[in-house]
Amino acid sequence: MTIMGILINRDTRAIIQGMTGKQGSYHCVLMREYGTRIVAGVTPGKGGTILNNVPVFDMVEEAVKKFTPNASIIFVPAESALEAAMEAIDNKIKTIVIITERLPIKDAITLIYTATQSQVTIIGPNTPGVITPGECKLGVMPASVFTKGKVGLISRSGTLTYEIANCLSKERIGQSTCLGVGGDPVVGFNFIESLKRFKDDEQTKAIALIGEIGGNLEELTAQYIAQTHYPKPVVAFIAGVSAPPEKRMGHAGAIIMNNQGTAKSKIEAFTNAGVKVAEKPSDIAKLLIKECGTEILSE
Amino acid sequence: MKLFEFEAKRLLVKYSIPVPEGVLLSDEKQMAEFADKLAPPYVLKAQVLVGGRQKEGGVLFADSIDEAQKAAQSLLGKDVKNLPVNKLLVEKKLPVKRELYVSITIDRLKQMYVTLSSTNGGVNIEEVASKNPLAVTKMLINPQHGLKSYRATAMAKKLGYCGTQLLELTKIINNLYLAVIENDAELVEINPLAELDNGKFAALDCHVLIDDNSLYRQQEYKTILTEREKTAEENYALKKDLSYVKLDGDIGVIANGAGLEMTTLDLINYYGGKPANFLDLGGGATIQRITHALQIVLFDVDTKIILVNILGGITHCDEAAQSIIDTLNIYRVRKPVIVRLAGTNQEEGKRILSEAGIQSVDSMEEAAKLTVETVKKGV
Repeated sequence: MTIMGILINRDTRAIIQGMTGKQGSYHCVLMREYGTRIVAGVTPGKGGTILNNVPVFDMVEEAVKKFTPNASIIFVPAESALEAAMEAIDNKIKTIVIITERLPIKDAITLIYTATQSQVTIIGPNTPGVITPGECKLGVMPASVFTKGKVGLISRSGTLTYEIANCLSKERIGQSTCLGVGGDPVVGFNFIESLKRFKDDEQTKAIALIGEIGGNLEELTAQYIAQTHYPKPVVAFIAGVSAPPEKRMGHAGAIIMNNQGTAKSKIEAFTNAGVKVAEKPSDIAKLLIKECGTEILSE
Repeated sequence: MKLFEFEAKRLLVKYSIPVPEGVLLSDEKQMAEFADKLAPPYVLKAQVLVGGRQKEGGVLFADSIDEAQKAAQSLLGKDVKNLPVNKLLVEKKLPVKRELYVSITIDRLKQMYVTLSSTNGGVNIEEVASKNPLAVTKMLINPQHGLKSYRATAMAKKLGYCGTQLLELTKIINNLYLAVIENDAELVEINPLAELDNGKFAALDCHVLIDDNSLYRQQEYKTILTEREKTAEENYALKKDLSYVKLDGDIGVIANGAGLEMTTLDLINYYGGKPANFLDLGGGATIQRITHALQIVLFDVDTKIILVNILGGITHCDEAAQSIIDTLNIYRVRKPVIVRLAGTNQEEGKRILSEAGIQSVDSMEEAAKLTVETVKKGV
């Protein structure tokens, strides 16, 4: 059977950094229930214990020696998240999902740079994570709204992503991989990188992209789509069409400054690049069916 | 978190970046006290957290103490761009030869700090950049190595300086970088950085933005955080870990998730309504926050109706519903509430609401539409 997923799949072996904390522990159970192979937890000071049937270590190095994980999901608080991620990078863990919110921007800059130099993929920070429906979940998203299918779903949001996945699943449009890039201004794996991977992923027949105000990630993504004559249909939705300028709308990255980063600019950029933009969430499914026909429906 | 100009200048002084001599006034009578400390001519600047003060009359000039006192009187207690002027920065007006622009901010695409510099100082830098991109020099700062001194020298040379002035300007740029790094600033912008008649430099205006996420390790800024740019409700929300922004409509809107909330507001607009606020409950279990959030929108005099949109994963819909009912029962304020509940324990949640006479809708779009229609019919 082909292994699916652009980032994680049923063979992924993950550790949870910050596993013994409230969030880490809670989601450990849910991820394992989903089928994710959580091989170990890391919390300094709790090494040698077992929690949720998972062995806990003091250091990432110890977990790596015993179980050779290839992914990590980080639940540690903002003050220690950079350190935790650096530890994972130093131990050559190739995919790191950072659930942690409120990471200082300076830390995010250091983190992303270090990861890039070491060819480590960072997802987040401030992300709900990534899920390959039917195979693996490294994140906090509610599993029930996701169904296995052919649409790659990428988003800057959390609950809005679930909302849209829910809409799609109800229309029998399942997802190949769903990934939250995170709501902060400086993040790791972004839309363009996701599109590159989806391009080569056989299971993915189309992509749904959920953007929001702030920054110019969507504009640059539109440029990438146009310049590369991106071979698969892309449908987008941009949140924050009605947002006022100069006010941060929840996400650290969602702010229109000096007229830059407006929803209008993003919608225009996508439209000019041949991406169909939905006016409301329920239109995404309609647009996907229009672009791809019924073959976009899950089997 | 935005700093007032006088706070930004204090920061510059801490990093040995020269600023004009000045005093901070909260009362025009104080002007007389400073007469012997500060000689005319003066520039009086309203301390408000917006740009473009000058156009709105927030910057005045005076050639004598008397004129300054009158100018101070006219500015203090008035509004500039709808913001009250509580403090004035009165500075000695310096003879300027040339105005430069220097800033350090974050390049979101390259994910690094970037320095921006231009010989077109004193005007809006976005306008400069859009009219003539070459007029603004950008230089990325390698996260591992930081700003190397010779790069600062290169920047200063590009601005047209040599000799002693080159050294002075290089020092300013290096110190600007330290200020950014040590204070977790997202932006430190000096516009204009003036070259004075006597060849020295002075930062005539400065904007600083401190990363809100760094306040836990920037105690000095944390203590001065509240009350700025924010209404009483916004401050309350901040304390309760809610993301709240007041808008100018009459529909109170609450959702769990920033993107979900933004979309709910967009839908309200789409169906012809006007939201009164942005209010994000945040992720994770949000039951306690529901109470505080509802309090805010219920007591907002502008709201005629409230829409709550919960997509519950970790948050259980039945607990959310109970929390909504309990909160409404505590407060006598009667405003219609429409709830959209979806996710974990959805049916149970809807049952609880229905028993309490609260309308619930399955679809977010239907909920937004219904809310707008209800307001239009008159509540």
